[in-house]
Amino acid sequence: MARVSMTVNGKARTGNVDPRVLLVHFLREQLRLTGTHIGCDTTQCGACTVLVDGRSAKSCTLFAVQADGSTITTIEGLATNGELHPLQQGFWEEHGLQCGYCTPGMIMAAVTLLKDNPKPSEREIREGISGNFCRCTGYQHIVNAIQYAARKG
Amino acid sequence: MATTPVLPKLVGARTKRREDPRLIRGRGTYVDDIALVGMQHIAFKRSDVAHGRIRSIDTSAAKAIEGVEAVFTGAEIAEFLAPMPIGTPFPSPDHRAVAVDTVRYGGEPVAVVVAVDRYVARDAADAIVVSYDTLPAVMDLELAMTGKPTVIHPAFPNNLAIALVPSGTGVSPTGAVDDSAVDAAFASAEVVISQRMVNQRLAPSAMEGRGVVAHFEPGKETMTIWSSTQNPHILRSFIAAMTGLGQDQVRAIAPEVGGGFGAKINIYGEEYVAAAVSKRLGIPVKWVEDRSEAFVATTHGRDILGYVDIAARRDGTVLGLKMRLIADIGAYNMLLTAAIPTLTMLMANGTYNIPAIRTTLTEVFTNKTPTDAYRGAGRPEATYFVERAMDMLARELKMDPAELRRKNFIQPNQFPFATQMGAVYDSGDYEKALDLALKNAKWDQLKAERDAARAQGRLVGLGLAMYVEVCGLGPSSSLPTGGWEHSQVTIERDGRISATTGASPHGQGNETTFAQMLADQFGVPMESITILHGDTGVVKQGIGTFGSRSQAVGGTALHLAGAKVKTKMAKFAAALLEAHEDDLVFENGLISVKGSSAAGKSFASVAAFAYVPVPLPEGLEPGLSDEAFFEPANNTYPFGCHIAMLEIDRQTGEPTLLKLVAVDDAGVLINPMIVEGQIHGGLAQGIGQAMIEEVVYSEDGQLMTGSFMDYAIPRAIDFPRFELDATVTPTPVNPFGAKGVGEAGTLGSTPSIVNAAVDALSEFGVKHIDMMLRPEKLWRLIQGGRS
Repeated sequence: MARVSMTVNGKARTGNVDPRVLLVHFLREQLRLTGTHIGCDTTQCGACTVLVDGRSAKSCTLFAVQADGSTITTIEGLATNGELHPLQQGFWEEHGLQCGYCTPGMIMAAVTLLKDNPKPSEREIREGISGNFCRCTGYQHIVNAIQYAARKG
Repeated sequence: MATTPVLPKLVGARTKRREDPRLIRGRGTYVDDIALVGMQHIAFKRSDVAHGRIRSIDTSAAKAIEGVEAVFTGAEIAEFLAPMPIGTPFPSPDHRAVAVDTVRYGGEPVAVVVAVDRYVARDAADAIVVSYDTLPAVMDLELAMTGKPTVIHPAFPNNLAIALVPSGTGVSPTGAVDDSAVDAAFASAEVVISQRMVNQRLAPSAMEGRGVVAHFEPGKETMTIWSSTQNPHILRSFIAAMTGLGQDQVRAIAPEVGGGFGAKINIYGEEYVAAAVSKRLGIPVKWVEDRSEAFVATTHGRDILGYVDIAARRDGTVLGLKMRLIADIGAYNMLLTAAIPTLTMLMANGTYNIPAIRTTLTEVFTNKTPTDAYRGAGRPEATYFVERAMDMLARELKMDPAELRRKNFIQPNQFPFATQMGAVYDSGDYEKALDLALKNAKWDQLKAERDAARAQGRLVGLGLAMYVEVCGLGPSSSLPTGGWEHSQVTIERDGRISATTGASPHGQGNETTFAQMLADQFGVPMESITILHGDTGVVKQGIGTFGSRSQAVGGTALHLAGAKVKTKMAKFAAALLEAHEDDLVFENGLISVKGSSAAGKSFASVAAFAYVPVPLPEGLEPGLSDEAFFEPANNTYPFGCHIAMLEIDRQTGEPTLLKLVAVDDAGVLINPMIVEGQIHGGLAQGIGQAMIEEVVYSEDGQLMTGSFMDYAIPRAIDFPRFELDATVTPTPVNPFGAKGVGEAGTLGSTPSIVNAAVDALSEFGVKHIDMMLRPEKLWRLIQGGRS
């Protein structure tokens, strides 16, 4: 067992983990932050995307021990003082989700996309979220949601 | 005097979804988010051969791992779990949730581990050693039909699950076949087109895999089962039967469900095993599917081979159609497996008045994952075969593909239209949808653009397809589960409304659309309404969500239950207002007398009175709650027209979808925003099938597309912006006139894209291309054309 410490959604958290435990399992099962989802075994789908030290990362491809000392933001920590992040608002306004399973990862990936490129073109948005799969929406309303956030952001 | 705020009418409005606030905050609860005290985790040891006899299973190393609670081989599971049931009346071979002596597809479970956490469970499953006497893998569909290389189930000679079922013109209800009309149609034809077409195997791939938590409580003798399912009530029935409990002793819960697309209708072996093991051990257990498991263990879709012949006159009049369908159903029958390809037969008319049709269906066992419903379920296959054949005919006759279709449409004054296949199309105006699509796409301008591009040496093609599908399933005569839906509407004592629906959603937004309907019905704000679903402990009865039935059947049940309650509430209000119940209006949170300037009673005050009715109006019971079962008299038949423009790179063969214009007629729409989302999603899956998705096996039965690294789920970058529009032809089958829209996008998109690809490669004499449009395949056609 290894002891890990990290700041998650602004709170200092520690835990004892088997070194092989994935960050996503640590977040979901030890910290009970179940908003971060798992959609594949191979780092393709992006459902598990969180922010590690401010950058989006797929938490199924990091061991919890690799995140020791990091600052993590999950979907549960994105709204500030109860106010939705512009991306969360955009997904709601523009019907950017149906089943909602890919949504947390999609939103967290888009956070980094807009941070790097605050006024992306549609093409840049589509490329920017191509590491995140959605099987419900056909992506058009997700693109609209990210454009909404870019206008508000 | 304060004025009462006027509530807007919500039916027909683009109302934002009420599901979203929890989901965008990460506060939804999916199966894997559920944790119970004392819960153990299940992992399955799965076969790594496609076909073989189990010689031995050594579980000793697995049992020795710390944290392992129990290990069961298939034979041990069979001691307390009966063979898998199916939901169709067709003959079916013995199928165990965990294989006992023979495995028949790669990924079939052979042993079960129960352990303290998912890591230990997986370690233990990996520590089980199974040895097999390998048998020849039956992988080629048409070879399989001759019994080669071997027979999978001895009771099914030549691997024929269903030897041959005829349908269409001249087939009597007893199955007697008179081919004379079909033969005469083909004999008198001036043109006959014949083509073998493959509608390939797909992996449904909901982003949330399957998962189940089963909790048998020995003290109470009750089972609670959470599952990522589209139909908790059907799950409850089957779990009860398989665990020896009554339906009153089983509570099935579909929590947040992360997509289904038909693959979560089936009740799976893993669900039976979880329930049976929980009962056996007296502890709660959880199983969550990995993605690599999903590719082998969740049912696949499509995989129908069609031999299609179409007969016509030179002026484009279609005289006859023959469709010989051969379905590769994989190793076993699952819940609805056998019935899915029958829907392909049912829809062989498409949108056309074809005088003579003969279809036949053969279903074949192979050593592959079983097939079952996948978005569209039999209808996209029919649409693809018919619309490809029509397109080939148009090309042969050098007719505009739109004009050929126009010439053969069933006309608006012919509805209800009884087809050759036994369907009764409820309503339709196909030419209107075609014309709107041609207008929106600027068809003539597109043709000019295509020709200009070709003049520059580019390979650009246009494709058009019509579709009609069968939705709103369906009368109980067509569904072994029953074809009705149920709802209970309750006006609570504080004037809020709770309503249950058996249409258990997984992304469709029923909490929003159903609240829109009730808000209008009762003249109250949507915020005062809660829609309850997905829990048989709360929702007394139901069937589930599939076949684009939520609105057409579930929405109608909700409306009818609401109407019953409203009638009773009007009686209470009439007593308070000293008015006649028929003179009351419900609007803006008030119940008042029509045309009267007197203040009405607030909705909440009438509700309160109904629960403390002093004095009790004569002839009334206290309370405001009632239910309705809605049994539709017919299915609904939505339709539309899709147009695609596609370019193929001459050097690499890579296809790019440039444009997709869709006109869909789903009848009357409750929430056009949600409808658009449904169509977008359907288009994405149809385009995926046409262009990049295909389940591929090696000759010895290994799945070659067993992860998202090998099986291509469309990404955002794969699509242009879809251009949607709608015509509205109400159905007479339900009071709202709504037809259903969940699957529509998968129907027209697939043939329109392949039609466009064939058009793009027409200079090479290409007449047909089987899906998917792999660049290498297109490149070879380009090279072949040159040589």
